[in-house]
Amino acid sequence: MKHIAIADQVDESHDPQTFISKYVWSQDHKVIAIQYGITAIFVGLVALVLSALMRLQLGFPETFDFINPHNYLQFVTMHGMIMVIYLLTALLLGGFGNYLIPLMIGARDMVFPYLNMLSYWTYLLSVIVLLSSFFVPGGPTGAGWTLYPPQAILPGTPGYDWGIILMLASLAIFIVAFTMGGLNYVTTVLQARTKGMTLMRMPLTIWGIFTATILGLFAFPALLVSAIMMLLDKTIGTSFFMPAIISLGEQSSYGGGSPILFQHLFWFFGHPEVYIVALPAFGMVSDVLATHARKNIFGYRMMVWAIVAIGGLSFIVWAHHMYVSGMNPAFGFFFATTTLIIAVPTALKVYNWVLTLWRGNIHLTVPMLFAIGFIFTFTHGGLTGLFLGNVVIDLPLSDTYFVVAHFHMVMGVSPIMVLFAAIYHWYPLITGRMLNDTLGKFHFWMTFVGTYSIYLPMHYLGFLGVPRRYFATGDTGFIPESASTLNAGITVSAIIVGVVQLVFVINLIYSLRYGKKAEKNPWQSCGLEWQTLDIPPKHGNWGNQLPVVHRWAYDYSVPNTVEDFIPQNQPDDEQHHSVDSEEK
Amino acid sequence: MSLVKQLRTKPWLPVTDQGGEQRVIPQGEKRVALRFFLLMVTVFFSLFLVTFLSRSQYPDFQALAGQPWQPLTDRSQLWFNSAMLLCASIFLEMSKSRVRQQRLNHSVFWLALALLMSIQFLFAQVSIWQQLNQLGFYSAANPANSFYYLLTGLHGLHLLGGMVVIAAALLHVARHADAQAFETSVSLCATYWHYLLGLWLLLFALLSSSAETFRTIAVICGYG
Repeated sequence: MKHIAIADQVDESHDPQTFISKYVWSQDHKVIAIQYGITAIFVGLVALVLSALMRLQLGFPETFDFINPHNYLQFVTMHGMIMVIYLLTALLLGGFGNYLIPLMIGARDMVFPYLNMLSYWTYLLSVIVLLSSFFVPGGPTGAGWTLYPPQAILPGTPGYDWGIILMLASLAIFIVAFTMGGLNYVTTVLQARTKGMTLMRMPLTIWGIFTATILGLFAFPALLVSAIMMLLDKTIGTSFFMPAIISLGEQSSYGGGSPILFQHLFWFFGHPEVYIVALPAFGMVSDVLATHARKNIFGYRMMVWAIVAIGGLSFIVWAHHMYVSGMNPAFGFFFATTTLIIAVPTALKVYNWVLTLWRGNIHLTVPMLFAIGFIFTFTHGGLTGLFLGNVVIDLPLSDTYFVVAHFHMVMGVSPIMVLFAAIYHWYPLITGRMLNDTLGKFHFWMTFVGTYSIYLPMHYLGFLGVPRRYFATGDTGFIPESASTLNAGITVSAIIVGVVQLVFVINLIYSLRYGKKAEKNPWQSCGLEWQTLDIPPKHGNWGNQLPVVHRWAYDYSVPNTVEDFIPQNQPDDEQHHSVDSEEK
Repeated sequence: MSLVKQLRTKPWLPVTDQGGEQRVIPQGEKRVALRFFLLMVTVFFSLFLVTFLSRSQYPDFQALAGQPWQPLTDRSQLWFNSAMLLCASIFLEMSKSRVRQQRLNHSVFWLALALLMSIQFLFAQVSIWQQLNQLGFYSAANPANSFYYLLTGLHGLHLLGGMVVIAAALLHVARHADAQAFETSVSLCATYWHYLLGLWLLLFALLSSSAETFRTIAVICGYG
C-alpha cells in the first residue's frame, strides 16, 4: 500500500471527523502549520512588548519605576531568545515549512503526520515552560540570550535559580520538538515529491526550508549538549563549564571547568541558527519576487548552489562571535577568512534578486513591497557584517550598539520583512480571503521606514562606544549628551513600529471574516501550491489524483504563450495547443 | 540519476532534454528518517566527546583507569555488559532474518530476547553506577566521573527509546499480525542497535582510558 502522503486515491475514512481531530489533535499539515503560526506570533508579540519596555528605559531613563536593572536584563534575555528560537525558527520552519512543503512538492501531507502533530504539542510545551519562568521566584533568567556561564548560574544574575533551569529545560524540549518536525520535513522533501518534481524543479522556498532543516538537525544538538551540561552544573554541581570562582565573597564548590567551551558549543549552534532563519527567508523571498515581477528567478541553479554553499559554510564561521573571548589569534584569522568567504554566495543571491527585478513587470503589491524592503534591509545588515567579520574592526565595536544594529538588520528586520511578504502572499491560500491592501501598504511603509529610524541611529551609537545590555549609561564621560537624545528618538520610533504591528494583527483577524474572497491563484503564480482544487486546500490537498509536474516553478512571461505564466502542472503540449488555437 | 547530475540539470529547458518525468523516489521514508536521526545522534555524541577530550586536558581531571586503585582499571564488568549489548544486536539480526523467511513466531521470539538482553544491559550499567558511588566516585567529584555518568546515561536513554519502539512493535504484531510492518520495525531496530553497540564500544574505550591515553589522544587531536 502506498504511503498516505503520496497515495493517488485518498481514503476518506481517514479524514478528521470531529472538531477535536480536525482542529486540536490534528495531523493535517495545514492545521499544524496554523497552530505553529498562531503560537509563534503570540509569543513574538510577548517579545515585542519586552523590547518596548527595554526601549522605554533606554530612551527615558529614571522615568519608569517598574523597570529596574534586575528586570531590564530579564527583558533583554527573554526578548532575544523568544525572537530567535520561539518565533523565527518556529514560524519559518514549523509554520511555513509545514504549510508549504507538501503543497509545493505535490504531496498529500507530511510522511509522518502523527510525529508532526507531536512536534507542535511539544513545541507548545516548550513555550509554556519558557513563559512559566515569568511566574517563578526570581523570575526568568537575565543572563543574556547567549546564557554564558559562569554568570548565568551564579547569584547576582537575575533568575539564576529557577529562571535558568526553566530556560534550559525549555530549550531542550524545543529541540526535541524541532527534531520531530525536522525529520519530517527532510524525509518528506526527499521521499514524497510527486511525479515530475525533480530536485531542480523544486521552488527555492523548498530548497531554503530543506537546507535550513538539515542545518537545524546538525546544529541544535550543540545547543542541547551545552544545555544538558549547564543544567548539570547548576543542579548537581558538576564543573563542565564552571571554573573555580568566588561568589558573593565565598569560594564556590566549582572548579576547573571552561566557560570558553560553552561559548564554542553555543556558537557552533548559534551561527548556523542565523542561516536556519535566513535560508527559508531567502527561498520565500525569491518566490515572491519572481511571482510579482512576472519574471523567472535569475540564476536558479546558482541560487540553489548558493543556498547549499551557505549552509555548509555556516558551520565553520562560529568563532567570529568570540573574537574578544581570548582565544588564539590564529583562530581569529581563520574565522575572519571563512566569514568573508560566506559573503560570496550571499552576495550572489542579492545580485540575483536585483537582476530578477531588472526589466521585470513589477507589480507593487504588498508582498512585493515587503520583498523589496527585504533586499534593502538585508544588504544593509550584510554590509555591516563585513565590518564585524574582520577581527581588527570587531574588537572596538564588540558589545556596542553597532552589533545590536547589525544583527537586528540582518536577522531581525530582514526575516521579518520576508515573513510579512510571505503572510501577505500566501494568506489567500491559507484562508481563502485577501488581506486588506490599504492597511497592508500602511503597515509596510510604517514598518520599513520605522525600522530604519530605529536601527540606523544605533550604528552611530555603536561608533560612539555605547555598550549594549546596559540598564543605564549615566554620566559616562565618552558618551555625549546627543546619544541620549538619539536614544529617545529611537524609543519613539520603536513604540510607533510596535503599535503599527497591531494594524497587521487586526488586518489578519478582520480579513479572515470580512476580507475580499480570494479567487483561485490570485497572484497568477506558477507554483504548484496554488493549483489545488480548492482554496484553501482540503484535507489531502489534491482531490483524487496527485498532480504531475512538467516544469519548474518560474515559467513567467514565456514568449509565445497566452498567459504570462505557466503552472508547474501544465503539460507542454497543452500550452502549445492553447497558443495554436489563439493564433487560429 | 545521481545527485550531482540532478543538481546540474537546467529546469528551464524543455523536458525532453532531462528525462525527469518519472516518480522521483519510491518508499523507504522510515529508513531515510532513521539515517538522518543517526547522523544527528552522531553530531550530538561527537560534540560531547570533543568537550570530554578537551576537558580531559585540565589539571583537575583524574582518569577512571590506569592505576590499580582506579575503578575502571579492571574492565571485566564493562566487557560483560558489552557482551550483553552485542547479544542484543545479534538477536535482532536473527529476528530480522527470520521475519524475512516469513517465520513470524521465531522472529518475535528473537526480538523479545533482544529486548530482554537490552534490559539486562541497562541494569548492569546502573549497577556499575552504584559501585562507583559506593567507592566514592560521585558524579560531581571529578570531571572524569561526571562524564562517565553523563555519557553512559545518555547512551542508556537512547537505548531506552529504542526499547520503547521494540515494545510497540511487539504489541502491534500481537494485535494485528502485520508481518510487513513488523519486518520494517525489526530491520530499523537492528540498524539502530548496531549503531548503539558501536557507540557504546567507542564510549567504553574512551571512558576507561588512562591519563596517558588521554594525553596521547589530545596530542594527536592538537590539544596537547
